[in-house]
Amino acid sequence: MDTTSEQGLPPDEAERIAAICEGVGDDPHRMLDILRAVQDELRWISPAAMGLIASRTGLSRIAVEGVASFYAFLSQAPKGRVTIRLCDDIVDRFAGMPEVAAAFEAALGIKVGETSADGAVSLEYTPCIGLCDQAPAAMINDVVLTGLTPGRAGDIAAALKAGQSPEELIAQDFLDLTPHERATRQVENNIRHAGASLLSPVPDGAGLAKALDMDPVRIIAEIEASGLRGCGGAGFGTGRKWRFAAETEAERRIIICNADEGEPGTFKDRVLLTERPHLLAEGMTIAARAVGASEGILYLRGEYVYLRDLIEEVLQDRRDRGLLGQGIGGQDFDFDIRLQLGAGAYICGEEGALISSCEGLPGEPKTRPPFPVTQGYLGLPTVVNNVETFCHAARILDQGAQWFSDMGHAGSHGTKLFSVSGDCLRPGVYELSYGLSVRELLAMAGGEDAAAVAVGGASGTMIARDQFDRCLSFDDLATGGSVVVFNGSRNILEIVEYYMSFFVHESCGFCTPCRVGNVFLHKAIGKFRKGLANPEDIEYLKDLSGTIIETSRCGLGTTSPKPILTTLENFPLVYAATVKPSKDRIRASFDIQSAIDDARHMAKRGSEIFDEDYSE
Amino acid sequence: MTGFTFTIDGVEVAAKDGQTIMEAADAAGIYIPRLCDHEGLRHQGACRVCTVKAGGRSVAACTQPAAPDQAVENETPHVTKLRRDLVEMLFHEGNHLCPICEASGNCELQAMAYRLDMTQPTRFPYLEPCRPLDASHPDIALDTNRCITCGRCIRASEEVDGKGVFGYVGRGIHRRVAVNGADLADTNAAITDFAISKEVCPVGCIIRKGEGFAIPIGEREFDKGLIGHEIEEKKRD
Repeated sequence: MDTTSEQGLPPDEAERIAAICEGVGDDPHRMLDILRAVQDELRWISPAAMGLIASRTGLSRIAVEGVASFYAFLSQAPKGRVTIRLCDDIVDRFAGMPEVAAAFEAALGIKVGETSADGAVSLEYTPCIGLCDQAPAAMINDVVLTGLTPGRAGDIAAALKAGQSPEELIAQDFLDLTPHERATRQVENNIRHAGASLLSPVPDGAGLAKALDMDPVRIIAEIEASGLRGCGGAGFGTGRKWRFAAETEAERRIIICNADEGEPGTFKDRVLLTERPHLLAEGMTIAARAVGASEGILYLRGEYVYLRDLIEEVLQDRRDRGLLGQGIGGQDFDFDIRLQLGAGAYICGEEGALISSCEGLPGEPKTRPPFPVTQGYLGLPTVVNNVETFCHAARILDQGAQWFSDMGHAGSHGTKLFSVSGDCLRPGVYELSYGLSVRELLAMAGGEDAAAVAVGGASGTMIARDQFDRCLSFDDLATGGSVVVFNGSRNILEIVEYYMSFFVHESCGFCTPCRVGNVFLHKAIGKFRKGLANPEDIEYLKDLSGTIIETSRCGLGTTSPKPILTTLENFPLVYAATVKPSKDRIRASFDIQSAIDDARHMAKRGSEIFDEDYSE
Repeated sequence: MTGFTFTIDGVEVAAKDGQTIMEAADAAGIYIPRLCDHEGLRHQGACRVCTVKAGGRSVAACTQPAAPDQAVENETPHVTKLRRDLVEMLFHEGNHLCPICEASGNCELQAMAYRLDMTQPTRFPYLEPCRPLDASHPDIALDTNRCITCGRCIRASEEVDGKGVFGYVGRGIHRRVAVNGADLADTNAAITDFAISKEVCPVGCIIRKGEGFAIPIGEREFDKGLIGHEIEEKKRD
């Protein structure tokens, strides 16, 4: 078979691929849409398919392969008609995912990572899918299932084998339901506390109505005066960002909403996308008017594909009502929003990587400078803000800068959504003013017996009991929203090892320290877990972490060692209790036990020197 | 075009507007170690060996614009230590067996290790990947076990040859350089391509068949002097 061109494709497949490419005008910038559709229809991206896509879009095959091989939800080997993706997050593990996975394996007769021989089902793990408040959870094609048990896993497997569609697992009349009903049948919102800005009832369109009567310069001034800072985690001043984009000379400007909340334990945007999609579109439209943009992109993480129909319906509704499209509000103001789905890549939450992904490229961060506000999407001035940030902006235009600024405390104004999960009685989303302590949040969530809290997820800070009075704000404990609670029965090193495996999986691989260094950190933590670490290994962890932080190109690498560094600082005894001087007289950091594993396997026996229970 | 000055390790350096720190340093005869950067190709900022401290922040000198009056730290013990860590990572990521490698003596990775004083076994684990050899092409072979994913061949083929023979595939530790086809023979690569020439691949990954050991060990590129000497000699002139 000729694997380099479309000639190896069956005619019907070639036709379907051609139709998919034609549907987006053979535009290479829509590569992610093309590959997602081919994956959905043909269950893999074959070499021949890549050849055809390349010739349709005017790219080389290797360029298409570069994209196809980057995203976790795209596959270069045939997948089953149904793909079950079990959420592998640490919260799901502690909530019983290993037992659920074993039940799926038994019922389906395949192991995780395999596809059944008849091509019906694939079973795999995937990192956090944004459902930690109802773990263990899984994606089954485009639907999600929550609160799984081994028994339920068996039932699901049986139903799928009997020919039920994933949608029918949610409801027999799934297609008759509204998109909002479909979403809420699958996922609980778990809104535990509604604050003044976002989760209390909000009037429809009030912010945009006022913005349409305002000069763009005044809109930006209002946002700057409110003190609103980016809610995705980095905390850059929103008004400043808009001003920079507005001040850059350009024919076209772009507004992008970052709905790619991939930080483990974060799910607050999920609730806004479900319950406040109009407010989000309103905020994006206000930003467009403020900076003079005519094009918007809502980048939705691939894990939230179950919200696609809901968002498309909202966007169409707004077009029908003249709130998107040409001449918005009867003015000389055109703006529309395109939904861009991701395909399984945490790194795409990084601003530059997200723009790369929107451009149809692998999700690699871009070199800064230039910054997106001057040269972003396709080289155009681009504002990228988080879902929550746009929603707040719409509310600020309605209620005024002062109203927002009065909430919270110095440097951290307004309210913030926290997604709380793990070992607590009331996991879910809490909208609270900035400045409360971790202890206060734990009391609300019923997590008083916490022994450790990961504030800000894997890339955040892991704190112990003696620091629960610290304050949730940009100046103390910053978080994009993730607060994961662990009780005293959890193994800190297991959590750290998981978070490091997450970063190894999610590093884009562009720069040396993040690509390679995180693998070394992960291996080193494995030594601690196995009780094989030397006292010198603690210094090794700190030293290697320092190099990765100082030399990495983007925020992933500059934060990935934080699970290790913050636990070394706040849980030193956990490490001290596991280390012991090596009896092997082998240099520190070398793991002899792992090194001889291959030899043990090949020789089918242990080592006379290194296995204490050795016998012939 | 207007210009300005800044300092590298206390030495005043002239720069033109829009120049990167590395471009200005090269012109001034100050060598900043680098592996993924190559004169005439687009700057990439991937290997991070050119990391310098500028205004207290770590930046890649190849992509970071020089700024007026900025104090840049280049060959301080701290920066050299960071670079040594990065070069060690590259050694441990692939399979780099200098004594049996044809590129020994011409290899920039090996030469950089000498320049950075990497003189003893390192602390890192060996990842020992198992990557297949591609000897399909009549004139060229690829041994990606020695590849450091610098991407110089990718840019050379795209930007100079106008071909696009190479590209990155995969993600994270699985990211690697691959070819635009089933194997190299399936592409339009030619021995005369700039991308295939001796100066593009910094290691022994791209092998030109039939010219192995043409120059004996001891008379090779970096037997003459430390990597970077040709730039530093500009300063003495």
